[in-house]
Amino acid sequence: MPFIPHTDKDTLEMLAAIGADSIDDLFDEIPAQLRIDHLHGVPEAHNEMEVSRLMRNRAAMDGSPLCFIGAGAYEHHIPAAVWDIATRGEYYSAYTPYQAEASQGTLQTIYEYQTMITGLTGLDVSNASLYDGASALAEAALMAVRVNRRVKTGRVLLAPGVNPVYEQVAAAIAGSQGLSFVRLPRDAATGNVAFDELADDQAPVAVVIQQPSFPGTLEDVDRLTDWAHAQGAAVIGIVNPVSLAILKAPGHWGEQGADIAIGEGQPLGVPLSSGGPYFGFMTCKQKHVRQMPGRIVGRTTDLDGNPGFALTLQAREQHIRRSKATSNICTNQGLMVTAATIYMSLLGFQGLVRVAQKSHENTTRLVDGLVAIDGMERLYAGPYFHEVALQLDRPVAPVLAALAERDILGGYDLSSFASADALMVCATETKTSADIDLTIAAFADVMAGAGRGKV
Amino acid sequence: MSNLIFDKSRAGRRAFAQAPGASAAVAIPEKFLRSDNPRLPEASELQVVRHFTRLSQMNFSIDTQFYPLGSCTMKYNPRACNTLALLPEFAGRHPLGPVSHGQGFLTCMYELQEMLKEVTGMKGVSLTPMAGAQGELAGVAMIKAYHEARGDHDRTEIIVPDAAHGTNPATATMCGCSVKEIPTGPDGDIEIEALRAVLGPNTAGIMLTNPSTLGVFERHIKDVADMVHDAGGLLYYDGANLNAILGKVRPGDMDFDVIHMNLHKTFSTPHGGGGPGSGAVGVNNRLLPFMPIPVVGKSEVDGVTVYDWLSEDDLPQSIGRLSGFMGNAGVLLRAYVYMRMIGREGMERIAEYATLNANYLMARLRDAGFELAYPQRRASHEFIVTLKHEAKSVQLTAMDVAKALLDRNYHAPTTYFPLLVPECLLIEPTETESKETLDGFVAAMIEIVRAAKEDGVNYKEAPYTMPVRRLDDVKAARQLDLAYRRDAAEAAS
Repeated sequence: MPFIPHTDKDTLEMLAAIGADSIDDLFDEIPAQLRIDHLHGVPEAHNEMEVSRLMRNRAAMDGSPLCFIGAGAYEHHIPAAVWDIATRGEYYSAYTPYQAEASQGTLQTIYEYQTMITGLTGLDVSNASLYDGASALAEAALMAVRVNRRVKTGRVLLAPGVNPVYEQVAAAIAGSQGLSFVRLPRDAATGNVAFDELADDQAPVAVVIQQPSFPGTLEDVDRLTDWAHAQGAAVIGIVNPVSLAILKAPGHWGEQGADIAIGEGQPLGVPLSSGGPYFGFMTCKQKHVRQMPGRIVGRTTDLDGNPGFALTLQAREQHIRRSKATSNICTNQGLMVTAATIYMSLLGFQGLVRVAQKSHENTTRLVDGLVAIDGMERLYAGPYFHEVALQLDRPVAPVLAALAERDILGGYDLSSFASADALMVCATETKTSADIDLTIAAFADVMAGAGRGKV
Repeated sequence: MSNLIFDKSRAGRRAFAQAPGASAAVAIPEKFLRSDNPRLPEASELQVVRHFTRLSQMNFSIDTQFYPLGSCTMKYNPRACNTLALLPEFAGRHPLGPVSHGQGFLTCMYELQEMLKEVTGMKGVSLTPMAGAQGELAGVAMIKAYHEARGDHDRTEIIVPDAAHGTNPATATMCGCSVKEIPTGPDGDIEIEALRAVLGPNTAGIMLTNPSTLGVFERHIKDVADMVHDAGGLLYYDGANLNAILGKVRPGDMDFDVIHMNLHKTFSTPHGGGGPGSGAVGVNNRLLPFMPIPVVGKSEVDGVTVYDWLSEDDLPQSIGRLSGFMGNAGVLLRAYVYMRMIGREGMERIAEYATLNANYLMARLRDAGFELAYPQRRASHEFIVTLKHEAKSVQLTAMDVAKALLDRNYHAPTTYFPLLVPECLLIEPTETESKETLDGFVAAMIEIVRAAKEDGVNYKEAPYTMPVRRLDDVKAARQLDLAYRRDAAEAAS
């Protein structure tokens, strides 16, 4: 049997030691009427060679199109060393580091990760990661309620640029604990918050600001952070970690900085892989650390006085606090964090700056080419990082479908978010000038080919 | 001595092959830009590779040690699962890419849903929950949504046995429910009368693990199911121990309404040093409309089979989205590869050999004088040894044995869980371990206790052979050091 080492002789000896006649006897406490004989719906086994063939065929069906979609997940070059090391069995097949002395590798890696991600976000402390960026918003909103205990409204205000899926996920996870999510007004020209329409709010517990915003614009985070703090709200920043190579860190937003920063960690060395596994990061000010959900690693000393690492502040967690825990979470995304730590170590800050700058440059080249096409223009004015929303003079879906036939994924359909015929494009450092020029030409062709409104 | 990656950092050093060429300065106004230097490491590629390779060697793992961690199903993670999930087309596929460029991936996901339905006896499966605890959240949220859709708004109590994982009550709280805990009887089954006493018009449901965390099968499961259903509640199956019953009995046949599976346990996806997990949920007919989205659907278009996402429009009563995209897709691919290699017959053998190994280990330890928590019961795929006598007579605690095992190159079993058995070791060998490995573990256990009893050895300062000695947890919590501060380190030196 696959992965079962027992010889017939082993089995007989083991049954004899147990005092059972057959393996079936070992199931004699299960009521007979509940027992099943077979799993007819599961296919017969295939060996590794056969399954490899199957999976290669399946992979080939999906191809390797030229991808300009971002919308929360970004294609970046991943150094070969990242996954070569992260999938070493000692990382890959280890459990949660509860036995600290036998888990120093994982624990030190997480400590180094915590150091790097607090540096990038400009905040004091980090947890060992959460499931992904979207679910991190749910956890951050619940944390804000604990941090901001005086405020009982449960009102969480979202900047207009917060990813709509993040809002859906936060509502699904945290909605039954008395939280409500309310959007701040959007300025139609910039896509950012309409400061003119901002009134003093009725005691929001938190204000959530995404930078860059979901449609790629840059919000005036300083002004919005100060407004939020004036309302008595905790500020939650959602940030792209690669953008933090050049954009202001949430810890430095406004007069006081954001209280909590979260985001999708995927751009830091994690493959796109159809949406996961990724990891959500979360950092906060030192004074909020006991309200943070998830695992946290601390440095301490051992019996000999040497430094070592251990999970700490576990009294917040479900296996100790049960129904009174800060969250039901027990997992972090350990393997992804390992990859991200190796990625950040290889790139260093200067390398990350180059990735950010090249992504910005490539996106600019792409956007400049696209807006020169008849029927395409920018949806929002203003600066951007590496993603830009474009307004079309016709429905977006047929345009994207026509490009997909040429193996170009031309962007993310923004129609439902922007209430307009709009799409969003992103060109990271992985794209060459030739890729971009080819794509601009393909867009021009598709937009011109079938004429306005009937691609 | 500190040996952090930051200690290797030197200004100006880099892994030059890993960054793109220089670009023109970005055209972004100053006020948006950062001016500080967050000081990531500055190291060469070899330094980074050597550092993290060395760190990895400081871990125990399944690939290097026997890891009999109860409730965690630390079985072998086949290498092919990883290799095939990381084929370039799969690894590079954008989650929002069109289905025209995703039929290969979606076919795997659809077939995975179908296989999981079959092995659990459920009617629908959603793959999106990203860990067991998120599967639990999805499950309880569906139970709540079901009651609310029927106008049954007062059903807000979730019943949980005292032996349950901490995630069960924590999840109930996350879903806005209150928790009613019920006791376990002396034979490991839940107390039926205690259950009867808490059932009522406020009962939303019960969360059960079967076999339970005590390592025994709940023999009155049919009665429990009938009682809960008669009271108007639903049954939630915590799939932590699904490995023990695969191909023998199915949660759906036990009348559970909703379950989560830990694909990182039963279907051998990696634990990764604490994640990613994957907590797919299965439901029976009455909860089908409430499944978390997206789910993979199948249809015929012009005689061609097409796989597509089902979302809000298809499942308007769904409890919603739990992840930014569709959960831990790459983990799901690994589980799919595993299930295809195991196949029908292999799937039926898993529970058999996991149970054989557990009962063998239990019999050997019992014969060697260890006290079992439930000696009159069969082990499922795990069992509990209690050291309460040794703790009294020679001050040998579960913690001591755990640390002494590390020195003998075995990972420790789960300690001090479940909470109701004093000085306990919860031991789960899994089906992928050989008899020789189990015999070696028994010998180590015997020697640890013998040395304590006969030679007066104490293990209060064990382990001795690990990269570090026993760590000061109190200091870790009181003098928080959660990130390296170079400035502080330089100031101190």
